Amino acid sequence: MKISEVCELLEAKIICDTKQDHTLVEKGYSSDLMSDVLTLDTDHLLLITGMCNLQTIRTAEMAEVRYVVFVRNKKATKEMIALATEHGICLMESPYTMFKASGLLFSAGLKPVY
Amino acid sequence: MELNFSIEGGDFTQAGQASSRVKAVLKQLGVNTKCIKSIVIALYEAEVNVVAHAYKGWINIQIDKDKIRIVITDEGPGIPDIGKAMEEGFSTASKKVREMGFGAGMGLPNMKKNTDELNIETVVGESTTVTMVNYF
Repeated sequence: MKISEVCELLEAKIICDTKQDHTLVEKGYSSDLMSDVLTLDTDHLLLITGMCNLQTIRTAEMAEVRYVVFVRNKKATKEMIALATEHGICLMESPYTMFKASGLLFSAGLKPVY
Repeated sequence: MELNFSIEGGDFTQAGQASSRVKAVLKQLGVNTKCIKSIVIALYEAEVNVVAHAYKGWINIQIDKDKIRIVITDEGPGIPDIGKAMEEGFSTASKKVREMGFGAGMGLPNMKKNTDELNIETVVGESTTVTMVNYF
């Protein structure tokens, strides 16, 4: 699924790294628990989360997650955007709940991790 | 090559800086991508553990041709029951730590999963030393 399609489905806007908006993601993972994200071994992953802080970006960096969408209208801080930019992580913001966002992406063909 | 870092307990804005630096160094050295991911995830979990549980800590990293040896020592409460702490889901983390997305009792098991050798020495009320070795 293209990142541009993710944005369209979730009414999300890219707030960092717009160059990647035509890149593909294969799987989605929804979690507010960074410890769980760190157990994943999946490439081309989209992380759907309401956990919006610096450690979310650090977790994405370590777990090689290149795309993160913040749900429930969570807003990334300047520090988060700076860190994500440094590590080439694409950040998006959506007004939808995690349940709704996950459901829409799943219905549109985004695969689960397991 | 040797790298050293210090960690302040409770300062979540700093957690991950050492892991980030190590990741960059290993990339420069041309280490296998999967191997780098395992190492930095284990180190990041260890950093978060020190920030979450200890007063302060130190990281010593030695990188050789065929392996990386990471030693994390802290001044902190120690681990009363290592066997229990290694169980998935067991955690003594505070509410603040949980609010950051950690403290689910996944840290130590995940460190074990991502290292070739993991050794934990702890003195309750004083300190914990975690040694992790990964072969390239």
